[in-house]
This record gives sequence, structure tokens and C-alpha cells, in this order.
Amino acid sequence: MGRAIRVLVAKAGLDGHDRGAKVVARALRDAGMEVIYTGIRQTPEMIAEAAVQEDVDAVGLSLLSGAHMHIFPEVQRLLNDKGGDDILLTGGGTISDEDMAELRASGVGQLFGPGASTRDIVEYIQTEIGGRRAGEPS
Amino acid sequence: MLETDLDRTLEAFFTGQRRAAARLISVVENGGPRAEDVLHQLYPRLTGAPRLGITGPPGVGKSTLVDALVRYHRKHDRRVGVVAVDPTSPFTGGAVLGDRVRMGDLTTDPGVFIRSMATRGSLGGLARATKEVVDVLEAFGQQMLIVETVGVGQTEMDVAQATDSVVVVLSPESGDAIQAMKAGLMEVADILVVNKADRPGAGQMVRTLEADLAMRPHSEWSVPVLVTVASKGEGIAELCAAVDEHRVHLEQSGDLADRRRRRAQTEITAVLRDRLWQRAHARLADEIPAWAERVAAGQETPYTAARSLMAAFLEDSE
Amino acid sequence: MSDRSDDTTRALLGSLHQRPSNDDPHVTVSGREIRPLVGPDDVDIDHARDLGEPGEYPYTRGVHASMYRGKMWTMRQFAGFGTAQQTNERYRFLLSRGQTGLSVAFDLPTLMGRDSDDPWCMGEVGKCGVAISSLEDMETLFDGIPLADISTSMTINSPAAIIWAMYIAAAEKQGADITKLRGTLQNDILKEFIAQKEFIFPPLPSMKLVVDTIEYGTNEMPQFNTISISGYHIREAGSTSVQELAFTLADGFAYVDAAIEAGLDVDDFAPRLSFFFNSHLDFFEEIAKFRAARRIWARHMKDRYKAKNPRSWLLRFHTQTAGCSLTAQQPMLNVVRTAYEALAGVLGGTQSLHTNSLDEALALPSEESVEIALRTQQILAHETGVASTVDPLAGSYFVEKLTNDMEAGAEAYFARINELGGVVPALEEGFFQREIADAAHWYQEALERKQRVVVGVNEYVNPDEKQQIPLLRIDKEVAQTQNAKLAALKTRRDPAACAAALKRVEQTAQDGGNLMPPFIEAVKAYASLGEIIETLKGVYGEYTEPIII
Ligand SMILES: Nc1nc2c(ncn2[C@@H]2O[C@H](COP(=O)(O)OP(=O)(O)OP(=O)(O)O)[C@@H](O)[C@H]2O)c(=O)[nH]1
Ligand SMILES: [Mg+2]
Repeated sequence: MGRAIRVLVAKAGLDGHDRGAKVVARALRDAGMEVIYTGIRQTPEMIAEAAVQEDVDAVGLSLLSGAHMHIFPEVQRLLNDKGGDDILLTGGGTISDEDMAELRASGVGQLFGPGASTRDIVEYIQTEIGGRRAGEPS
Repeated sequence: MLETDLDRTLEAFFTGQRRAAARLISVVENGGPRAEDVLHQLYPRLTGAPRLGITGPPGVGKSTLVDALVRYHRKHDRRVGVVAVDPTSPFTGGAVLGDRVRMGDLTTDPGVFIRSMATRGSLGGLARATKEVVDVLEAFGQQMLIVETVGVGQTEMDVAQATDSVVVVLSPESGDAIQAMKAGLMEVADILVVNKADRPGAGQMVRTLEADLAMRPHSEWSVPVLVTVASKGEGIAELCAAVDEHRVHLEQSGDLADRRRRRAQTEITAVLRDRLWQRAHARLADEIPAWAERVAAGQETPYTAARSLMAAFLEDSE
Repeated sequence: MSDRSDDTTRALLGSLHQRPSNDDPHVTVSGREIRPLVGPDDVDIDHARDLGEPGEYPYTRGVHASMYRGKMWTMRQFAGFGTAQQTNERYRFLLSRGQTGLSVAFDLPTLMGRDSDDPWCMGEVGKCGVAISSLEDMETLFDGIPLADISTSMTINSPAAIIWAMYIAAAEKQGADITKLRGTLQNDILKEFIAQKEFIFPPLPSMKLVVDTIEYGTNEMPQFNTISISGYHIREAGSTSVQELAFTLADGFAYVDAAIEAGLDVDDFAPRLSFFFNSHLDFFEEIAKFRAARRIWARHMKDRYKAKNPRSWLLRFHTQTAGCSLTAQQPMLNVVRTAYEALAGVLGGTQSLHTNSLDEALALPSEESVEIALRTQQILAHETGVASTVDPLAGSYFVEKLTNDMEAGAEAYFARINELGGVVPALEEGFFQREIADAAHWYQEALERKQRVVVGVNEYVNPDEKQQIPLLRIDKEVAQTQNAKLAALKTRRDPAACAAALKRVEQTAQDGGNLMPPFIEAVKAYASLGEIIETLKGVYGEYTEPIII
């Protein structure tokens, strides 16, 4: 086993429903990841800056307020600005297939809808980060 | 990261790019030869900035206190680096690092750099990793360095190793004082803080702690007991004054040099131990199972097995 | 189903070998183990002590003697959207069709005490409710609607006192006698800290604001329910049924304690406390929860708080079916789930009911789905016959045992909360959050191990299904309209009067006096919601919660 995967889990915007974010954070930890949990009410600027300072492999955003078409692109743009374009941006919430496709096309990673299994989320991050790390000497 | 990448990152680091600092922290935290290269390059940049450790039982308000301290130093225009250490689960190897939550909007302050770290279960290795992460932040130009860690078991010793002054934080809640006295937290304290002084029982707790301190052998530095309400920023100026005083004491008494020398010695020892072990392991790993079998079968003891292995290793080294 | 492939048919029938066998213990949605048979030896039923007659202490069987024969439950569907103007039009339509009460849903910025032009609110203005930033918006919201004649329910918490002040000021401007205003404020801040997380200030000043409204209501507006103590959100956050019951009632007792401490007589305010529960899928457990809630409340109010007025002993409650039980997969199935949940609410003796629309969890419900939801209640009321007999399940060994178990479980939680020093210290320490996070985690695990089956999600999945989530496009115009309106208001109002009123809010907050009068003065001077909240933040500070994963 290599070094632990680091993931920032955040809830953006005003919405405070954190059940999903917490369940996912716990699943990632139980899968051996280091989870930096920022809590609720984060701005895209706070999320991107924290992701950079923490040198995370991935950022997972939970969004239930419907503001995802605003927040995901904004976080992605700020990550790029700060030199964090290699950080995987993923997440979940009540997001339609069309919106998911549009966000994916713009460079955001896979997104998970309601009822997604935490195993799938864990597996996705492990595979994705594993693939990215394979390209670099440890 | 390729070697050239590393060079590029170092270059970016020296021009003050935060992404580069974050990367170098990871390199150092992960250890190995590349960490050595980095530290080697950074050593000339170390400034000797004050290093403050904040430790104490879970939930006493350490992160809230760190947040208040950072704000205080920012008001005095000092760049601040924070390393917040949380335990890794021994079962899964994972961790939830949640200290940033209390430092919310400091994240976007360009004069502040906050990094969360998991203990990664490395016995003693934590002290080294923490110190070296702080080294990176110091070389990055942070003028005040703060390390937060939960004081359970071993980690407070590690934070003492990595810093110049240690603040032990307690709260008036259930049995913190007794726990601290039992757990050896008192031994590492240069300053004691009773936080959550807005809760009942703070005065009583201060008296208990002072009584306990009075019974300890006399030393040149007498550990002050302060009260704070971190969530309201009360008592922060006094705490900072006490930290300054402790630093003056360290400098004038020669303790600072002493501490740093001792720290260097521990560091060398740790590196040496690591190296020796790595080499020994590389050489002997294949042979250990066979010996284990013999020990398990009662044909050897662990000591005779180790002696033989060691002999083989030393012979090779010559 | 001739057009389905064999594979599909097999998937629809489910993979039998993966499901728990009959030997596995049966557990409820809350993880409670359920026995296959319960008989007279398993439960101690003392009719006089534990049940009583309907409408009599301890009210286990209901708050009214004749229950739904006397008065059908109120079918109250909650709605709101966009600007005050748009919502006003909707309300007028509903009133013209004979509706007598309104239920206001506010948007997230308003719920968080922020004006629509606050940068934090990008993409959220008017989204899940109406945006109210000033008295002017409130006046628009109720333009042409006589507040003297209707009852208004407002789902608002942290800024409840200020929104209420706007409501009072708007009514006054209409010439209404404010002592006669009727309605309900949710105003339950404790469950925000515990579950929904729409808090602003630290717990103690937040509680003080609630007590101010209770006091003001008791003295000035005796027909207004100033608080609706809510378990709904606690359950949605992932709690078990016992946790929902225990934490909600513990919150209720905390408000009673705080009001008594502020010098109020329990019988002066307790009759106006109301409750709001979730009705989840586990049918009997939910019914037992409602019955236990009434009994616990009555016992504590009578014995512990020495309330003398029987109306102080009554736990009256509104019920909403469980939003968290709805699935995005095969959403039509949600109609069935909601119907069962509604049935549990009715058999549990609810006073009013909101049935979720089948797409409620995903978006603003469509008109068609809102209609189905309402019709579900009507079928229940008029076709099934369940409303004809009062508390028809009383005396069932199983239901009475579950009711007793619920009460015992809640009492055990009360003891733990007590040990932690009460509700506020317990939430600051993260006690409730930890309990709920553990329950939510257990549930997720149970789903993933298929210990619990959710039809269409982890079993009986339709492999051909494409997830249909309606687009939640942000209507940028709502925010623009709001911002322009607010900017115009700020240039039009008297700045000196506004500043003086805000100063008085600040002063009163510092002195600890009742804030309702200065709030009313400030909103009348057209200070915005955000301005008043910011002023209070200066005195009270803001709250960050402990992290519990
Ligand atoms: N009443 C009161 N509460 C405080 C004070 N300082 C911190 N708290 C609260 O105590 C709780 C824990 O604070 P943290 O700063 O996260 O404590 P910590 O010691 O860093 O916790 P861990 O890192 O989990 O060990 C939070 O709810 C804070 O708001 C204080 O001075 N008074
Ligand atoms: Mg902390």
C-alpha cells in the first residue's frame, strides 16, 4: 500500500444538510483515506485554497441546494488558477444526468446522484487516483 | 514528481507559491530520499522563528484557540503557519482531519498557511515529520509557527519535540485536570491554559493546577496558569505575552539553544535508526520468516535469532 | 412486459439469493429488532395509568375525545417560490379557492438571515422558497390578503423573530388588530444545531431570541403559536425513531425551562407550544412514536413542571412524510411510500399532515405530483375508513409494547442528556450530532449490505431506467429583481431613522432586554433582514459547530 490518498470533503453554499457529506467522509476514512473535512458553508474560494494548502488528491463536494452548475465550475476555475488543475474534482447530490454530462465535459470528474453507494464512490476515487499516481515515481 | 519537477517546485517555492509549499510539505511528510533533498535545500532558509505547540485533551478548544492566536499575530502583521495533527485510525489507516473547521476564513488569508496532518501511526516518526513540515513552513517565510495536536498518549511528547514552547490546554469540564496530571501532560507544559473560562469551574480548576504545580520540583521557569475564552478571543493577548516571556526565558537561560540541540540530537538518532533499519531490513527481510519458524517451533529464541541475523548483516557491511 | 428482456425480468424479480434469509433478525428502519410474536406476557398494559381515554391524561390515545370524527386533520401542504410578488399571486389563488391558512416556505438566503444581494446567496435566491429581505417584501407577499382573517404558518428559524416582526408590522399597516393574529412560527433553533444546521448565533443568544418571542407572544399575541418543536429534520438527518422522539421532546423541555427561567408561568405559554414530526416507513414503530410522544409530554408537563392547565399537557403535532425515504429511482413508487407513511401519521393521531410529492426530494414538485400528494390524504380520509374510530390500534400487544419501548428509550436519552448538563452543553459537545451520524452510518451500511431493501435502489432495480432528475435551472431574474428592489429601498428609506433603529437593536441585545419591540421598530424603518442580523452578530458572534463524522 502506498501513501494514503488525501481527499477534501466540503459542503459549498448556504445549505447545511450534511448527512450525505458525513456518510461519505466516514466511508473514505474507513477505506484508509485521509479526509480533510471543512464543514458546511464553504465558498468556492475557501474550498480551492484549502485543497491547495492540503495538497489533496481529490476534492469531493456535496451539493443539495441545486447550485451545482454555479459551484462546480467556480471551484474548478479557482483550482486551475491556483495551480491545482491536477486535483480531481468530484462530488454528488441532486444533479440531473444532463447537468452531470455538462460538468464532466467541462473537466469535472464523475458525479454521484441520489442513492449512490459509498462503495462506488470509494472505488472511483481509488481507481482514479491510483491511475494518476502510477505515472509518477513514489 | 520527477527530479526536474522537484527542482521546478523548489523554484516556485522560493518565489512564494503556495501550491509549491503544499507539495514540498507532502514530499517531506512522506519521507525518503527526496525529502532529504528538499530539506537540504531549505535549511539555509530557516529563520529560527518561534515554534509554539498547542496540545490538550480532545475538544477543549485547541483549534479555536489556534484560530484566535493566528488572528492576534495577523493583527501584528506576522505571517503564520499552522500544522494541525489528528490521529490516524490504527484499524483502517484512514483519518478525518477536522481542525480547519475552526479556522474557516483564515484559509483565504494570504499570510496564513494551514496544513492538516495525520499521525500515520509512526511511533516517534511523528515528531520528525511534524518538525520537518514546520521547517518547510518556516523556510516559506512564516514568522510564527503553531502546531496543534491532541494530547493523548504519545503525541504530546512529539509536539514537545517539534516546538520551543508548549501550551497545554484544558477545559473546566469533567476531569480534564486529573487526566492531565495522570497522562503526563503537565510534564510537557511550559504554559497551562484553562480554556472555556465562561463555563463554571474554571477558577477551581486553576487552583487545582496551581496546587499541583507547587508540589513539583522547582525550576527556573515557573509554569503560569492562564484562563481564556477562545471562542470570544478573551485572554489571548495575555497568552501571547506569556509565550513571549517564555521565549525570552529560553533565550536568556540558554535553554533555547539547549532545546534545539537536544532536538537535533533526537533527529539525528531518528534518521540514523531509520536508515539502519532500512538497510537491515533490505538485507534481512527474506531471511526473517525462516528464523521466525524456528523460534515458533521452540528451536531458537527471538534473541538468538536476532543475534544471528545481526551478525550476518554486520559481516556484509564490512 | 413482453418487451422486456429475460435479464430485465430477472432483475425486476430480484436476486433472491442475496436477500436476508428468514433466520436473520428482523430490524426496523431504525435498527430495532422486532419479535415475530408479541403476546400478553410480553407487555404490561395498565389502561388507567398508561392509556386513559382519548382526550384524557396521559393522552396516549389522542388529544381529542372524538378525534377525526370531531375534526378531520388539516391537510396542509407547504409551498413557496421566487419573489414575494409571485408567491403573493399563488396565495391569492389558493385563498380564492377556499383555503383558509397559508404556509410560507422561505428561500435559503432568508433562512440564513441574508439579503438577496449578499454574495453568499449566488444561485440560491428564490430557489426553494420566497425571498424576503425587508418589510417591503413582506408587504408585497401579503398584499391584498387580510392578515386579520387568516392563519399563517412560517417555516423559519434563526431569523424567526425578525421575520415575525415584519409580519406583525405588515399586519399593523393593514390595520389589523395584532392581538388577534393567528399562525405558527417554526422558530425551533435547537434542532438547527442538532440537525438542519441553519444556525447563525451561538446557542445561548439563539435561545434567548426564542424566549423573547415566546414572551412577546404570551403577552401581546396570545393566538399565535410562537414555536413548532421539530423532530422532522432530526429524522431527515439520519436519526432513528427513538432519537427523533427523544431529542425533540428534550428540545421542548429545554424551551419550557428557558421560558420559566425568564419568569413566565408554565400555564401561560405551554398551551401554545406545538410539535412537528416525521412519519417514516416503519409503520408500527412510527405509530408507537406518536403515541409515546403524547404520553411523555403529558407526564413531564404535569409531574415535572407542575402545569395545572390540561391544555399545557397536550402534545399537538403536525406530521410530514419522510423526504429521506423517497427515491430518485422509479419515483412513482414514492406515491406508495408516502401513502403508508401518511397512514401511520393518521393512526398515530396527527393534527395536520403534509404528504410529500413524489419528486419532492429532487426538485420543486410539479403541479401534477402536488395534486397526487393531496389526493393521497383525501383517499385516506374519505375512502379507507381509518378516520372513523379513535386510536384503533390501542390494546394491540405489539403496538402497546412498542409504545412502552419508545417511552423507555426516550427516557434513557433524557438521562444521558441530563448527565451532559442539558441540551445546549450536549449539542456544543456534539452529542446529538454523533448519535445521528452513527445512526445514518448504520443505515447506509445496512443498505449497502442489503440488510435493508429499498425497492428500485438496491433490489428490484430496473436496469433500463435512466435517472430523471428535473433540471433545477437557476432563474437569475428573481435575484436581479430582488436586488434592484432592495437597492431602491435603501435609497428611499430614511437613513437616520434606520441607523437609530439598528442602534437600538444593538443596545437591547447588549442589555439583554426583549428584542421584539426594537425588531418591529427596525423593520418599520426598513432596515433589511441582513442588516439586523449583522448588527446582532456584532453582539452575539457567530457559531461554528463541532465536527462529528
Ligand atoms: N464555551 C466555550 N466553548 C468553547 C471555547 N473555545 C472553544 N469552545 C467550543 O468547544 C468545542 C471544541 O472546540 P475545538 O476548538 O474544536 O476543540 P479542539 O480541542 O480543537 O478539539 P479536537 O481537535 O477535536 O481535540 C467547540 O464547540 C467550540 O466552539 C470557549 O472558550 N468557551
Ligand atoms: Mg482541534
